[in-house]
Amino acid sequence: MVSTENRRKPVGFRPGVGSRASRALNFIGLCVIAALFLIPFYLIVRNALSTTEDITAPGWMWFPTDVQWGNFTELFNDDKVPMARSLLNSAMVSVLTTVGTLFLCTTAGYGLARIPYRHADKVFYAILATLMVPSAITFLPSFVMVSSLGWVSDLRGLIIPTLFNGFVAFLCRQYFLSFPRELEEAARVDGLGYWGSFWRIVIPNSKGFLAAIAVITFVTSWNSFLWPLVIGRSSDSWTVQVALSTFLTSQTVNLPQLFMAAAVAILPLVFVFLFLQRFLVQGVAQTGLKG
Amino acid sequence: MAVTDTTAEPAAAAAGTSRRPRRRRTFGGRNLAFWYFVGPFLLGLIIFTYIPVGWSAYLSLFDARNTVTPASEDFVGVDNYVTMLTNADFRRSLITFSVFAAIIVPITFVSSLGLALAVNKVRIMRAFFRSVFFLPFACSYVVASLVWKMSIFAGVRYGMANTVLGWFGIENIPWLFGNDPPWFWLVIASLRLWIQCGFYMILFIAALQQIPEHLYEAAYVDGAKPGWQTFWHITLPHLRASSVAVLMLVLIAAYQAFDEFWNLLPNSGNVPYARTPLIYLFHTSLGTSQDLGRGSAGALILALLIAIVTLFQGKLLGFGKPEGR
Repeated sequence: MVSTENRRKPVGFRPGVGSRASRALNFIGLCVIAALFLIPFYLIVRNALSTTEDITAPGWMWFPTDVQWGNFTELFNDDKVPMARSLLNSAMVSVLTTVGTLFLCTTAGYGLARIPYRHADKVFYAILATLMVPSAITFLPSFVMVSSLGWVSDLRGLIIPTLFNGFVAFLCRQYFLSFPRELEEAARVDGLGYWGSFWRIVIPNSKGFLAAIAVITFVTSWNSFLWPLVIGRSSDSWTVQVALSTFLTSQTVNLPQLFMAAAVAILPLVFVFLFLQRFLVQGVAQTGLKG
Repeated sequence: MAVTDTTAEPAAAAAGTSRRPRRRRTFGGRNLAFWYFVGPFLLGLIIFTYIPVGWSAYLSLFDARNTVTPASEDFVGVDNYVTMLTNADFRRSLITFSVFAAIIVPITFVSSLGLALAVNKVRIMRAFFRSVFFLPFACSYVVASLVWKMSIFAGVRYGMANTVLGWFGIENIPWLFGNDPPWFWLVIASLRLWIQCGFYMILFIAALQQIPEHLYEAAYVDGAKPGWQTFWHITLPHLRASSVAVLMLVLIAAYQAFDEFWNLLPNSGNVPYARTPLIYLFHTSLGTSQDLGRGSAGALILALLIAIVTLFQGKLLGFGKPEGR
């Protein structure tokens, strides 16, 4: 690979290449597709702030006749859907999963990458082997384990089994292999051990990487459905996704409330996207390409 | 090396891979350090992956209904595997997956690559377009299913798709209720495409930016025309690794399709015409019958199938070599 010329500049169909007409066509095409991509978000907002009559009106209504902010309070006052509880559960699960995964996977990745130990390769292969089988397939074996630990319908059952993510540990190992050794050696000279140099030198200098992993883990955890569905048997332990799904398949559906619930469920992630998109994009590029 | 072993046989030294026991003793602290870094993770991996899979393999040999500790007289050997492999529903779920994969893999690949090229080409508002196409990744499959089922593809007059068709005088279509014609594939495929397309677009953009620019300049000097010619001879060959990665990721994700089938289709996805393997497994093992023995057998069969695919991918990409890169 020629890397000297490897400027981070968009190439391929390069900007500035191609006729004015083809560029204009490209731009218009992108605008149309972008509009299509935004339709579902528009529908969530429109329906969440409409009355049922507006939504089911004979002619298509682009905007609600009266913006119904009251749908928001109605949703949280409805006893049939434990919205507040499930949002709290989701927040706790996502935050604790992110913190726990980061702690366990960075330490494991660093140990594998940096500490020369005779059996390190064997441990690494034991982790690599788990990547062969996606976690969705192991939901049943894991459920067997969790149920014998008595963690069904329990936040521990939702969080702890998901923390030992072989893929994230693998990514961390790859990242720490390329971390400049000189920095750590300087710390070693100053008398820091592995643990000290990891926390004082390596971690503070890896903020971008850690943020990328954290954002990806958070989004994945917030949006996950199968595992919370398996574990969340009682409504006390529902995450917001399970609550939404139950709401969606219930017999009598209040459309504005349903869409208000959807809006509330994606709001945290819209904030993540607004403020942390750089890390998210970086994380996707890192996780996807190595996968 | 500070520690030299004067008593070591020359043969051992010549072997080069000798174990150097003295050196290990000298750096004994390293072993301890390794374990307090890697130990907790490995322990969790053993408890929550290795033991469950082993336990599941054990259960798959028993008639284990409603129990995770079957009695020894319930031992049935490979019966569960035979039942699963000869079960019409299970095999049909594999066909459902194949149909789904045949639809979703090519359209995701072409759309995400197309978007990546278009976003890379545009001169203005590039960050905006990238964000818009990536934004659906924030949406869970549950939320998207909700919008698709209750608004866009609602089978009633006020559904968006039916509204638009109505403008052209076309009758309402019950998108999700029925198999003839199988309109539900359109609903399911468009949903998944919307969510994951931007994700793979990001991967392609990252790969596009790694292609050295001078290759294009050289091609233009040699008389190549920008566009199709350079795409075919420069861009596409340089995207080989990412293309294989994207194809595999889309395929493996499709194999695990669960969320949208569960939320969109009637009866929690438990319909004969569109039951994915995971939906079938869920209803077998955690539904009314709670047949953990057969469910475990099915899970291991699926795991084996996907492991074969992943190993094949490893061969293609050279993934999993000792140094990994």
